[in-house]
Amino acid sequence: MANRIDLDHARFRNIVRGSIRKDLRKHIANGQMIARQGGDTVKIPVPQIDLPRFRFGSNEGGGVGQGDGEPGDAVPGDEQPGQGEAGSDAGQHELEVEVSLEELAQILGEELELPNIEPKGRRQITTEVNRYTGLRRVGPSSLRHVKRTFKRAMKREIATGRFGPSGGVVIPIPDDMRYRAWDPKTIPESNACIIYMMDVSGSMGDEQKEIVRIEAFWIDTWLKSQYRHLETRYIVHDAEAKEVDAHTFFHLRESGGTRISSAYSLCNAIIDAEYPPEEWNIYPFHFSDGDNWSGGDTARCLDLLRSQVLPKSNVFCYGQVRSTYGSGQFKTDLDHAFSDDEGVITSDIPDKEGIMDSIRDFLGTGK
Amino acid sequence: MHTLGLPPELADLQRRVVGVASGYGLDFFETVFEMVTTEQINTIAAYDGFPVRYRHWRFGMAYDRIEKSSSWGLSKIYELVINNDPCYAYLLKGNLFVDQKLVMAHVYGHCDFFKNNAWFAPTNRHMVDELASHAVRMESHARNHGQDKVEEFLDSCLSLENLIDIYAPYTPPKRRSDDEEETGREVVRFKAKPYMESFINPPEVMAEEQKEIEAERDARQPFPERPERDVMKFLMETAPLRPWQKDCLAMVREEAYYFAPQRLTKIMNEGWASYWHSKMMTEHLCDTSDILDFAERHAGAMAMSGEQINPYKLGIELYRNIEERWDKGRFGKEYDDCRDYDAKQRWDTGLGEGRKKIFDVRHTYNDVTFVDTFLTPSFCDEQKLFTYAFNPQTGRKEVTGRDFGEVKARLLQQLANGGQPIIEVTNGNFGNRGELVLTHRHDELDLDANMAAQTMQHLHRVWTRPVHIETILEGKPTRLSFDGEKHTSEAI
Repeated sequence: MANRIDLDHARFRNIVRGSIRKDLRKHIANGQMIARQGGDTVKIPVPQIDLPRFRFGSNEGGGVGQGDGEPGDAVPGDEQPGQGEAGSDAGQHELEVEVSLEELAQILGEELELPNIEPKGRRQITTEVNRYTGLRRVGPSSLRHVKRTFKRAMKREIATGRFGPSGGVVIPIPDDMRYRAWDPKTIPESNACIIYMMDVSGSMGDEQKEIVRIEAFWIDTWLKSQYRHLETRYIVHDAEAKEVDAHTFFHLRESGGTRISSAYSLCNAIIDAEYPPEEWNIYPFHFSDGDNWSGGDTARCLDLLRSQVLPKSNVFCYGQVRSTYGSGQFKTDLDHAFSDDEGVITSDIPDKEGIMDSIRDFLGTGK
Repeated sequence: MHTLGLPPELADLQRRVVGVASGYGLDFFETVFEMVTTEQINTIAAYDGFPVRYRHWRFGMAYDRIEKSSSWGLSKIYELVINNDPCYAYLLKGNLFVDQKLVMAHVYGHCDFFKNNAWFAPTNRHMVDELASHAVRMESHARNHGQDKVEEFLDSCLSLENLIDIYAPYTPPKRRSDDEEETGREVVRFKAKPYMESFINPPEVMAEEQKEIEAERDARQPFPERPERDVMKFLMETAPLRPWQKDCLAMVREEAYYFAPQRLTKIMNEGWASYWHSKMMTEHLCDTSDILDFAERHAGAMAMSGEQINPYKLGIELYRNIEERWDKGRFGKEYDDCRDYDAKQRWDTGLGEGRKKIFDVRHTYNDVTFVDTFLTPSFCDEQKLFTYAFNPQTGRKEVTGRDFGEVKARLLQQLANGGQPIIEVTNGNFGNRGELVLTHRHDELDLDANMAAQTMQHLHRVWTRPVHIETILEGKPTRLSFDGEKHTSEAI
């Protein structure tokens, strides 16, 4: 029986996945999904999965209720304006399904045909972790397996006839005690670190930040599915760079000039201090509208990248968000300087619709 | 009595409950209880209470929803019983003993209702077997034609499953119109001598005229002859279906007819079961230590929830109200004509027919007639019923009033036809092009146009020619059409 429902359930999940995949571009452009994130899952509205019927429209006629209230009062329990249905048994029109981030990453991977990432090959670091997989008869109380212990005790009491339908109590004796036991397992370690850098100078507006935010969410989701352990760091910069937390990163609005090299040198400093490249897969992402203070600073940037950041990173990604004020010169400079270096990926993001293509640019190389 | 598989204390309990229930005069099919885990009951609930159904993703969808809300603790299925002989009901492993008592008492209320309510009389009492055999038939179609193909066609059948005539099992079959007299024009034949016959009434002219008349009659002859409310049946008989498709449609239709009475008697059925679990628990089954737990469960099930009528609550209160009225003789002309408030409050003729009356009621009524007959202004007041409507200005639903007439009218409207729009086939050969026209008998409520458009795609898949539905949208008579590629809508 469980088997049958599992088949039906798997089929349903497949249909949901298909629907999400079909509308992935829309879902990505629509940042709502990120706001609906809760822990390891996101809620995604999937229209038209439930079978349609001829039925009455919603919110028209109202209906009959039960409870207190004068004419003109809100119906008890109907606190949110504009939601709910008429009639006695109308359901939700739009189905909202919960999808785990892992599954979402899989869907993203399938749709964008992203290759799995091969961790940098120069070292194989392994770690030992303990997994609780077995049972033993001695151990500390904190590891006592209560259910197993109780089961053993119960079996013994029933076998000795002291416990049964007519009554009796189950009292475990030391011989019944079972404790969790662990086995050490060796697993290859692959850690990754994303360092997001964003230009927050006056020319980056709210829409540009929104684009960065959405793109960062999807990059996170994908890389998380590829690495067991993922750390994320955030740097904002105008003329000066500083490290901030995620919330500040997405909401801060400064105004001022732009010196991109400040961010790159801070990024480099963070890598040097905390993420030795032999142990970490490092992904610096930089988002900007492409305006830099001066040609001199751009030259410094290129130099920093070439001599410091690039050798330490898996890949360096630069996303240029189009804005009314930015000149977009920086991408041209980068492309020109690193035209034959596979370690640098640049991408132009004209608007929200362009996010998906940009993600493909960044992650499509499998690095 | 069947107590196999129950732990001894529950088997004892079952014997006790059966004794108590029979003592009250409840009359039920033999009932088989089965102990299940939460996971199992969620599965069974996804299959509408049956252990075996055909394969379809919608059960998976139902399971997804049930399983999530149960694992988050938002809802818990306490009781599940199916209309079958014997009745099958499920007890959740690990429930409190008092919960098991409550569930058993409640279940016997349902079983009595299934067996005795007239609206359940035509239902198949061996539906467990029938559904299992449906599963086998579907499986064999899937083997022969491919699971995807069958499932896709099932999607279409299921989206039409509410287009049945739920009152059909209770009405005598309509007489065929063959016995009605044919009236109409006949070929005029002039009087003539035999040797002049072929000149005055030339045979070729006569034959042509005859043809004309027949064509005229055919054009007047509607198809179907009368509007057909059982759209599924009409499709089965006339749509160009392959045998396996016809079989799928037939199975879905049969299941829809089986489940229909439960929609027709939701208030009565739940009310009846609640009335009896409450009686049995408080008068016989509860130990002193059970009372608080029972009271909490009972109150939870009877909770009023604002914008929705709770069928348990409305049902149990109506039965109690009827019992009181017939115990005290508070009905009939004399009582109705009495204008003295105090006298009415004290009215008690000592009639004592209450229990008998509610047994009669559970035998013959359905939700519509139940509410229509027994909802009284004072009951409406006591139960704080109100009407509400959506106010576009405030964007919320607001109480509009507590007028008895309106409450009752609204309630009946919600219950009529099991809460489904009334839709009939009015023309199976629209424009002489083999196109299908459905007509929605509009009664205040509009159809959901978006849903209707999607449903028509499914209808088209079955009918294979263009399909139309005539309805009223925002006050304007409208014909929605779908020709296989695009949707159109025109005023009529």
